[in-house]
Amino acid sequence: MANSNALLTSLNGLAAGLFLMSSFGLAATRQMQGCLRFYITQSICLVVSALLLGLGLHAPDLLAVAVLDAVVKPIVIPVLLRRTVPEAVFRRREIAQVLNIPSSLLIALALTLLAYFLSGYLPPATGSLASINLPVGLAGLFIGVYTLTVRREAVPQLIGIFGIENGALLCGFAIASGLPLVIEMAFPFDMLIIALVIGILTRMTHERVGTTEVGGFTSLREGIGK
Amino acid sequence: MARSVGFNLLQVLFVVALAPLASGVLSRLKEIVQSRRGPSIFQPYRDLRKLFNKDEVVSEHASWIFRFTPYVVFVAPIFVTTLIPVLTNYPLFFAFMGDMLGGGFVLALGGFFATLAAVDTANPYGAMGASRTRMVGFLAEPVFMIVFFTVSFVAGSTIPYIVQQHWVTPLTNFFAPSHVLLVIAFIMLILAEAGRIPVDNPAGHFELAMIDESKSLEYSGPGMALMKWGGQMKLLVLICILLNVLVTPWGLAGGRSTAEVLLAAPLVLFKVGIFLLVLVVIESSFAKLRLFRVSEFLGAAFVTSVVAMITGLLSF
Repeated sequence: MANSNALLTSLNGLAAGLFLMSSFGLAATRQMQGCLRFYITQSICLVVSALLLGLGLHAPDLLAVAVLDAVVKPIVIPVLLRRTVPEAVFRRREIAQVLNIPSSLLIALALTLLAYFLSGYLPPATGSLASINLPVGLAGLFIGVYTLTVRREAVPQLIGIFGIENGALLCGFAIASGLPLVIEMAFPFDMLIIALVIGILTRMTHERVGTTEVGGFTSLREGIGK
Repeated sequence: MARSVGFNLLQVLFVVALAPLASGVLSRLKEIVQSRRGPSIFQPYRDLRKLFNKDEVVSEHASWIFRFTPYVVFVAPIFVTTLIPVLTNYPLFFAFMGDMLGGGFVLALGGFFATLAAVDTANPYGAMGASRTRMVGFLAEPVFMIVFFTVSFVAGSTIPYIVQQHWVTPLTNFFAPSHVLLVIAFIMLILAEAGRIPVDNPAGHFELAMIDESKSLEYSGPGMALMKWGGQMKLLVLICILLNVLVTPWGLAGGRSTAEVLLAAPLVLFKVGIFLLVLVVIESSFAKLRLFRVSEFLGAAFVTSVVAMITGLLSF
């Protein structure tokens, strides 16, 4: 038993490590496609972590969350975004960004260190099995916020929001293992609506203005399209 | 003890003799994947024989560094081979002469002389390639440092023979996040150090885009052969470090009989072959990066190694 637990800890740590790497990818890829792919990878890591923790802690609610997330995050949301957002937006190879990539990576690294520092002050809840989820989830949250601030394009910003949500959920596995399933069920459906609304909004903006670069939308222009 | 020395020499022989084969297999696999017909896997041996039979032309403005460099480039990987596990998973005679940092320094010495020799003849492409190699080198240096220090901290030693045992005792260490991320970071380093495709195109002969190749442009005959052979050995040594020290000691000889050590040779070759396949997939699916994007590639490698360090050292 102790041996299999050590293996679960290791595998969960691996999922968390890859989760962190894909958060870095979210903040620093140039391509729109790559950004979406990193989001899918991150979500798969989240699902794997939920599965392993559900097995290790004997928590059926985590298994249910894993199944729900496995359907919604890596499959439904990307398909929804592909359908609603025009293809031209996804074909862009260079996403406008306020800071260049090496400095983005270094800032994301500093945020990770901050997350590790802060998680030292939070009480460990579920023992050593899930302890790595706490700092990595916090780091995912911070990097998501950073992505949101630094990107100047609608879809990567949306993916930044999803990154925040993923980070919070990964963190939640460690802090509150008994978090009611109902609340966790609400999350994915909320996200579906956000993805749909922002996707349609992006489509409309792209049709009317010709670009989705939100950094350029600093002044109101009335009467476009009239 | 004589047997230990003998095995050590056997390892050196393995690397010296099979390095051209590894690079032949690599280019052949790449051509098959890209649906072309390439030369046979023994072509590098024929190239070396041809070059050794030719006369050497040395510029009259070249100093002793130019003449001396091919020997340093050839010998540096051989010295590193005596320090690392190639065929056996227990320490051999020279194992405690130097640790992983020592090996890194010896490899860097070869690179240092190659850079000096490139500048030595005042060929404009040589100096350009040398400065570019240095740029890649100094961006790769912090990654090397962090990978080595994390490895030695996690495994509690800097001697490669002791480090390799750590990943499989117990087996759960193999799946630890720090281990997998270190391996990813080191693969990115190999791509940068050996001049493989996302960083540099080893088959490219366009002078303005060259990084690694342009340093040996001035060499001919036996000097060129030694430079080539040295480069091939460097790639094989890096692959052996990755596979035998950082990934697992699987396939290495555990016993002290000669038969077992000889049996390890095909197993290690098999492992090298699998890694070459991975390398071919990487090389065929990416385009060469623009020179100023190399810093982003190595920045990603740096972040990977630092995340490995954080997850390895700050776990609680």
